[in-house]
Amino acid sequence: MNTSKINIQDLKLWYGTEQALHGINLAIADKKITAFIGPSGCGKSTLLRCMNRMNDHISSCRIEGEVTLDDKNIYAPDVDVVQLRTHVGMVFQKPNPFPKSIYENIAYAPSIHGIAKKGVEMDELVETALKKASLWTEVKDKLHQSGTALSGGQQQRLCIARTIAIKPDVILMDEPCSALDPIASAKIEELMDELKSEFTIIIVTHSMQQAARVSDNTAFFYMGNLIEFGETSSLFSQPQQQQTEDYITGRFG
Amino acid sequence: MPLHTMKRFDEELDELKTHILAMGGLVERAIENAVKSMLEQNEELALKTLERDKAINALEVQCDEMTREMLVRRQPAAGDLRFIMGIIKLVTDLERMGDLAAGIAQGMLRAEENPPRNFSNLDIMGEKVVRQVNRALDAFSRGDTELAMLVIEKDAGIDILYKRMYREMLTYMMEDPRVIGSSIILSNVAKNLERIADHATNIAEMVIYMERGHDIRHVDHEAAARLLSGEDNH
Repeated sequence: MNTSKINIQDLKLWYGTEQALHGINLAIADKKITAFIGPSGCGKSTLLRCMNRMNDHISSCRIEGEVTLDDKNIYAPDVDVVQLRTHVGMVFQKPNPFPKSIYENIAYAPSIHGIAKKGVEMDELVETALKKASLWTEVKDKLHQSGTALSGGQQQRLCIARTIAIKPDVILMDEPCSALDPIASAKIEELMDELKSEFTIIIVTHSMQQAARVSDNTAFFYMGNLIEFGETSSLFSQPQQQQTEDYITGRFG
Repeated sequence: MPLHTMKRFDEELDELKTHILAMGGLVERAIENAVKSMLEQNEELALKTLERDKAINALEVQCDEMTREMLVRRQPAAGDLRFIMGIIKLVTDLERMGDLAAGIAQGMLRAEENPPRNFSNLDIMGEKVVRQVNRALDAFSRGDTELAMLVIEKDAGIDILYKRMYREMLTYMMEDPRVIGSSIILSNVAKNLERIADHATNIAEMVIYMERGHDIRHVDHEAAARLLSGEDNH
């Protein structure tokens, strides 16, 4: 039995009067890759954003239920959201490096959070983060060039390096490959496989093949409900719910 | 089950199923004719059976091409994946059954000069084996797991028939060395039939995998029945 890193209990979410999540219960295993799949509007990205309270920015958003990270409710009144996000990092659909150098992209957050001092310590941290993100060999001679000058795939790996530089426990990935070509996507997938020994990863993806390739567990959502959750290989070969079967075999809608 | 959004995929799956059933029909007839050719010492029928095996082989190649194409183009999942995986295995079983039927026809041709004096229970065994193949193909065609389980259950009876025939042939050979040649041929024919029935069992097991996702190969019958009734999820 895997220990769970994040526990979601009876989570309900409304945007204004519209309910987007209907009582989700889900345990995310530690140091595994969990994929969220489902058609557009099924609530998978909404749920992902609940895990580092990104939905706090939406004024009409109301949440009930509990999300615990290491048994601590992240919606408790005493939780510092900035601190929370150092534990739960996020990589977005479109690579969004800061318009700064590659080095500064990585060093920015660690310096703010006091994770490393400027100089040798920071240099080491930048190098480690870039190595972990499989980007070091490609950028080591141009660390002071702008991050935005890199290719799309490199920019996304830079964003992953930036996320892991603050040593989070969990990395949320919201369709991290949808703007990338197949080779750049394969590099990200390979990277995810390497990173899961250190981090708990949750990925939202529209590509079922990608979910099948990279994840250990898969959750299928439909209309704000969790329809099925299980080991990826079982879910894709022998789903228990007809709706899952219909979706993954392309019989939907 | 609802149709695929890609209608062509449904058509391809239907075509594949039709091909398998056509191949199954040829195999069934080949077994019938092979046994009949031996019982009636009908050379023409034996030659026809050998000729028919080429058509079975050609269908095997076609089915393999279709499944390969579907794997590449459709990347099937869930029930579709199990169906295509099942077909890949099932096609091999059907082709082997065709070869074994051809082996019986060849046995007839070899025994022509010195035909067996008595065919023991070959007629009954032949009928029972053809019935098993027919049931297995029906189970596949209808996705009928109960019928598939029946095929698996009935296989033991075929094994008993084979052993009985084999012992009988041994007795004849001990009694009269002149019948050694024909008795060996006849016991090989019985062996081929017994193996055909084993392939029918393989098909039945595949039907259960395709329909229910349970792999019941190398599982005893009671455990398989429990698995199918949902009492045991392991």
